[in-house]
Amino acid sequence: MMNSLFTYTLRIADSSLILGQRMSEWCSKAPTLEEDIAMSNISLDMFGQANGFYQYAAQLDGLKSADELAFRRNEREFFNHQLVEQENGNFGNTIVRNFLHDTFNFLFYTQLANSKDETLSALAHKSLKEVKYHLRHSSNWLVRLGDGTKESNAKTQIALNELWMYTDEIFEMDALDTELFNKGIAVDNSSLKSDWDAMINNTLTEAKLIRPEDEYMATGGKKGLHTEYLGFILSEMQYLQRAYPNAKW
Amino acid sequence: MNEIKFQERIDAEKKIEPKDWMPDAYRKHLIRQISQHAHSEIIGMQPEGNWITRAPSLRAKMILLAKVQDEAGHGLYLYSACETLGISREELVKQLHDGKAKYSSIFNYPTLSWADMGAVGWLVDGAAIVNQVSLQRTSYGPYSRGMVKICKEESFHQRQGYEIMAEMAKGTPEQKAMAQDALNRFWWPSIMMFGPQDSDSPRTGNAMKWKIKRQTNDDLRQDFINKTVGQAELIGLTIPDTDLKWNAERGSYDFGEMDWDEFWSVVNGNGPCNKQRLAHHKKAHDEGKWVRDAAKAHAKKQEVVAN
Repeated sequence: MMNSLFTYTLRIADSSLILGQRMSEWCSKAPTLEEDIAMSNISLDMFGQANGFYQYAAQLDGLKSADELAFRRNEREFFNHQLVEQENGNFGNTIVRNFLHDTFNFLFYTQLANSKDETLSALAHKSLKEVKYHLRHSSNWLVRLGDGTKESNAKTQIALNELWMYTDEIFEMDALDTELFNKGIAVDNSSLKSDWDAMINNTLTEAKLIRPEDEYMATGGKKGLHTEYLGFILSEMQYLQRAYPNAKW
Repeated sequence: MNEIKFQERIDAEKKIEPKDWMPDAYRKHLIRQISQHAHSEIIGMQPEGNWITRAPSLRAKMILLAKVQDEAGHGLYLYSACETLGISREELVKQLHDGKAKYSSIFNYPTLSWADMGAVGWLVDGAAIVNQVSLQRTSYGPYSRGMVKICKEESFHQRQGYEIMAEMAKGTPEQKAMAQDALNRFWWPSIMMFGPQDSDSPRTGNAMKWKIKRQTNDDLRQDFINKTVGQAELIGLTIPDTDLKWNAERGSYDFGEMDWDEFWSVVNGNGPCNKQRLAHHKKAHDEGKWVRDAAKAHAKKQEVVAN
């Protein structure tokens, strides 16, 4: 049970960290100065959430610190959704990726806030406040881009088509999820799907974008299986901790 | 007549506000100085942004990102202050891209190790604060108020930078070497941030008369050096200047000759990162065009719907 809770917490932390890392890559590159500030804000929120869940995981584990969990694990030991490790691409790719994930996060944290585990519940409450803003940010931009110019509509539709295959695994339940769900600790991810569909469909309609068909759908994050991007994210992010293992920073 | 009243206002330490009459040369001087300051904040995001994805701990990552975000915010205040003088942000950015507007040369040096995040915060922000504290009393109201806001955040940055340096200086031998190397590389460019010596600073006369500038380059530089020497000693790092010594008579540190050839060469576009910094900014600006266009087109559609 302790071990399951540790892994469950780590999975949440990993998705937050990797999305935060991706968002931080935008710094000094956004389409406007105001947007640069907004994207840094989102990135900071994601790092803050990651830190909270890693701290809790570290406490459950009793062996590794939050930083060790973030900076000293390999690709196969990371459990984030494959969706969040996808490249920033153009601004439209980032907005679509975040929109798909923010919608999930909003529903997920709303449920996790009711967890019987007090720490998870508290972390979910705090995260939910931030995620509401993230969702508003990505939804508003999705509508602006989708219902902006021909060019922006086309770019955003391509992004949506490309990222769609990563939207299935976010609802997966494995034995560990089910075990903790039965104890009133975890969220039943599969139960979020219908609300997610409704929210996504609404915004896509407003944005004049077409919902892609489910074709090949990716899976594996929970098992530590990832796209090729994660290895590069980690080698960059973990470089100092790996190159100077005895140093404190 | 106007000019005499204007100068009386300045001499009485009253602020000049956007709608007040001002000499053209005063307006031009301010646009040049404030936009240069704004561009420095924005271009300055790059050398530190360079290490955000590689910051060595969750805490370090958040602090650095928040800091660079503050700089973007400072850029916004300053562009707004500049716009009160009758020029748009768009025009200001165009001047930057065309090479007509400058930014602080310090940002044309590369950040090569994590210790550079310490050195930039401690020395570059440290030097900026000395200048900005003085500018809180500048005669133009919007600029002065912007500086008050900015100074609060900069002093926090300076402490963060110093903390990184202190941490590394007492760390492993490799970390200490990185910290010393960062100090060696950033010391001279930092003290040259205050600009040419007073004897070679052509615009200082008017700027002092109009109280845009409140202290001369040399005075500000001396303040900074006096403050910083002790901080270096405290953490066991050596300032790379063999001529540096306390002068009891002046109550200040004497210091060595600065390399003004290098300074002017970098100001005039020939520094290690000049091309890279501008190219980065232009690329982001160009790649963002379709997004800005989409936002405008969408807003227009909404107006039509509302009417």
